[in-house]
Amino acid sequence: MLRNLIAFPLLALVVIVQSAVVSRMTLLSGYADLMLVFLAAWALKADAESAWLWAVLGGTMVSFVSGMPWFIDMTGYLLVVLLAQILKQRIWQAPLLATFSVIFLGTLSMDVLSLVVLNVLGTPLPFGDSLGLIVLPRVLLNLLFSVPVYAVIRDLAQWVSPVKEVE
Amino acid sequence: MRNLFGRSLQTTIIFLLVAGILVLAFGGYLGSASRGLGGSLVGVQTWFATRFAAIQDFLAAPRDIAALRQRNAELEAEVSSLQGQVIELQQKVDETEILAALVDFSRANPVSTYKGAAVVGRDPSPFLHYIIINRGSNDGILRGMPVVTNQGLIGRVDAVIADAARVQLVTDPASAINVRLQNADTDAVLVGSVTGDLSLEMISQEVNVEPGDIVLTSGLGGGYPPDLIIGQISNVRKRDYELFQQATIQPAVDYSRLEIVLVITNFTPVDIQPLAPLNTP
Repeated sequence: MLRNLIAFPLLALVVIVQSAVVSRMTLLSGYADLMLVFLAAWALKADAESAWLWAVLGGTMVSFVSGMPWFIDMTGYLLVVLLAQILKQRIWQAPLLATFSVIFLGTLSMDVLSLVVLNVLGTPLPFGDSLGLIVLPRVLLNLLFSVPVYAVIRDLAQWVSPVKEVE
Repeated sequence: MRNLFGRSLQTTIIFLLVAGILVLAFGGYLGSASRGLGGSLVGVQTWFATRFAAIQDFLAAPRDIAALRQRNAELEAEVSSLQGQVIELQQKVDETEILAALVDFSRANPVSTYKGAAVVGRDPSPFLHYIIINRGSNDGILRGMPVVTNQGLIGRVDAVIADAARVQLVTDPASAINVRLQNADTDAVLVGSVTGDLSLEMISQEVNVEPGDIVLTSGLGGGYPPDLIIGQISNVRKRDYELFQQATIQPAVDYSRLEIVLVITNFTPVDIQPLAPLNTP
C-alpha cells in the first residue's frame, strides 16, 4: 500500500526535476529521461504489480506535461517495465547489469517508437540526425543517471517493503 | 662638630664631583664614555624587554589564537553571506535588465497587449521543442496566443491549464510559419528542425535573396500577427533543378536561454482549416 501511495509524490517530483533541470542538461540535442530510469530501476527492485502501476502513473504524468502524443510515453514506459520483468528473471544475480540492460534497450525502444509515431503523424524527423544527435546521447545520459537512481531506488524499496526475516 | 664638618665636606665633594661630571658631559668631553655606558644599558634593557615579551606572548598566545580563530570564522561567515548577497543581487540586476528590455519593447509596440511569464520548464522529450510558462487560463492566456521577447518571436501557446501553459517554439520540427523577407519583399515558410536550426522553404527561384535579409512574420494563415522579427538569413541555397530556394536563418532569440517571455493577449488566431479544400484534384 505504502509503495503505491508514495508513487504519487515521488513521480510528480521526478516529472518536475525532469522538466525544470534535466531537460536543460543537454548532450548534443539529447537529454536524459529520468522517469524511464526511475521506472526501470523500480521494476527491477519491486514486485510486478507495483511496477506496472508506477509505469501507468509515470506515463500519465509525463504525457500531461509533454507535447508528445500521450500513448507514446505510456507505451514506452510499459515496454520498459516489460523488459525489466523479462530480464529480472534472467540476470537476477547482477542487478546493476540488469538495470543497464533495461535502460539501454528501453531507451532505444522508446525513442525509436517516438521517431516512428511522430513521423507517421507528420512531424518531419530525419532518422539519421535523430539517432546521432538525440537517441545515442540520451542512451549515454540515461546510463550515467542509472547508477545514482539505482542506489536511491534500492533504499526506497527497502524502506517501503523491507525484506522479511526467514524464521 | 667635627662630624658635621666632615659630612658637609663629603656632600660638597660629591656635589662637585657630580657637577663636574655633568659639566664635562655637557661640554662633550664624556661622549665616548656615555655612548658606551648608554649602549650597554640599552642592550641590557633590550635583552630584558625581548625576553619579557616572549614570555608574555607565550602566556597570552593560546587565548589570542582562540579569539583570532573565532574572529576568522565570523569573518568567513560574513564573507560567504556577502558573496551570497552579491550573487542574489546580480540575479536581480539580470532580471531587471530583462524586464526593462521587455517593458521597452511593449512600449514601442503599443498595439499589442502583453502578459509577462517566466519559463519554468521544458518538454521532457528532446524530439519536441516546447517550453512551459507559469501563466495559464487564470491570467487570460488562451491556446494559439503568440509568445515573444523583446528580441523577437518565440512561438505560440499550444496547451493551457489554470496556472501554466505549454508553448511550441518556432524551432520545433512540427512548426511551420508563414514569413516574409523584408528586403526581398517575398513570402516563404519558416520551419524548425530536430537540431533547433531554422530554415526557410518555398522561396521562389525568381527572387533575389541575400544573407542578412530580415525575416518577419507575414500574418498569412492567421496564426501569428504580422511583422514580428524572427531573425536574418545567414545562408542561401539556390539550385537550378529545384523548384524553390532554401535558406538558413540566424534567429534573433537564443532559444536555449529563455527566462522571461511576453504573451500577446489581444491576438486571436484565425482557424482557416474549414476553408481548406477537402479534395484536391
